[in-house]
Amino acid sequence: MTERQQSKDLDTPALLDTLSSELRNLLKSRNIENPVMIGIHTGGVWVAKELHKSLNIEQPLGTLNITFYRDDFTRIGMHPQVQPSNLPFNIDDQHIILVDDVLHTGRTIRAALNEIFDFGRPASVILAVLVERGCRELPISADVAAAEITLDENQHIKLSCDEENGSTLKLSIEEAQ
Amino acid sequence: MKQHDIQLDKDGMLRHFLTIEGLKKQMLVDILDHAENFSSVSIRQAKKVPLLRGKTIANLFFEASTRTRTTFELAAKRLSADVLNININTSATSKGESLLDMLHNLESMQVDMFVVRHHSSGAAHFIAQHVAPHISVINAGDGRHAHPTQAMLDMFTIRRHKEDFTKLTVAIVGDIMHSRVARSQIHALNTLGVPEIRVIGPQTIIPKEAAHLGVHVYHDMHQGLQNADVIIMLRLQRERMEGALLPSEHEYFHMFGLTEEKLKLAKPDAIVMHPGPINRGVEIESSVADGPQSVILEQVTHGISVRMAVMSMALGRSSLTDGGQS
Repeated sequence: MTERQQSKDLDTPALLDTLSSELRNLLKSRNIENPVMIGIHTGGVWVAKELHKSLNIEQPLGTLNITFYRDDFTRIGMHPQVQPSNLPFNIDDQHIILVDDVLHTGRTIRAALNEIFDFGRPASVILAVLVERGCRELPISADVAAAEITLDENQHIKLSCDEENGSTLKLSIEEAQ
Repeated sequence: MKQHDIQLDKDGMLRHFLTIEGLKKQMLVDILDHAENFSSVSIRQAKKVPLLRGKTIANLFFEASTRTRTTFELAAKRLSADVLNININTSATSKGESLLDMLHNLESMQVDMFVVRHHSSGAAHFIAQHVAPHISVINAGDGRHAHPTQAMLDMFTIRRHKEDFTKLTVAIVGDIMHSRVARSQIHALNTLGVPEIRVIGPQTIIPKEAAHLGVHVYHDMHQGLQNADVIIMLRLQRERMEGALLPSEHEYFHMFGLTEEKLKLAKPDAIVMHPGPINRGVEIESSVADGPQSVILEQVTHGISVRMAVMSMALGRSSLTDGGQS
């Protein structure tokens, strides 16, 4: 390898706790009692699984694969396969918590919102992300985010899931040197 | 070999889908995987995704078809493409306009894809060789040559019911000689690693070169169906009777029609397939066609997902936008 990679791990359990309690406060302040939760493949689903547990959400977790809604489809073509979308509940008139790992350009969220509206008309959508980083390209912002991080051009942030170790999540900043 | 290369663009992505022959196993698996994802679209309340919004797809059917044309049209519409159904019988070709003139006219209307069915073998290849570089051609059946989307929807149906292609015995019964469906199925089954492919039918309608395709030939249903996991019945084209290739329908049914009794020779969990349209009482007994082992109507449903997969693979290639068209 000609490029060395430096990696710095963030305190992911603490971030998940922060996200969970901020989300709980937001739901309380908006008087939302029975929300449903949707995670965006792949990292968003990992985060959503944790939140779904800690918030004791009754309805099963929904998952979205936004491949068919991407705005760069004609440029990059079909994506490698991930699980198809699965929303095991009726969307109409529901309060939805949409979960992703990192909010960056906002394009994924745009695609996710379009897809959700093809399933029905929700009462409201809250966006919860583990980390918000800069470089937004669309007028989209998170309602709750556990951290806000500014990254250099050669840095990127990545969530990984250690499935052999009780699905422990690890968020790290990687730097190409 | 040029005939096969024409299907891929410079990055090795699927540009045209003309025949299974020459495609790598991974390409077929990709089609099946994408189709699996698209199948979730058809069970939604709003059966539509915006993937091919703004693309125009022309159905050119020079030969009658209901199921294939309709499922191609539905597939395109569920991908949000605009669809033109050109009725060839009333179009200008019947007034003497040449095929190429008609194609160039459609090209001038910024059509992105042609779905072609034609009674002549090689028609889709011919069209693919003459279209503008950004246009994709999908073969929806050409003469006796190939019907690749039918073969892939059959593979999809098999994969839904049987875990591993490399452990299967598949029997194809009927008029192999005139069947583009059978030819494409055999190529697909071979590519996906099916170890035992059998063709069953009267000597007159099994081509002599069948053995070269990597299949075992049987002229007796009772032997051919033994322990089969999958039975694919082909439609008996009635015009073959007149050509003296076959005895009466009644006799054909007696010898090669799939009855409940003959079905028992196959494995108990064998599935029964048919590309349609079925001739009840000629190649298949009604109680089998409608029975618990029949997956014939599932095949129709899967046809939509598979056609969505092929269309979006061909129209979603990066070489279309980076200026490096193949």
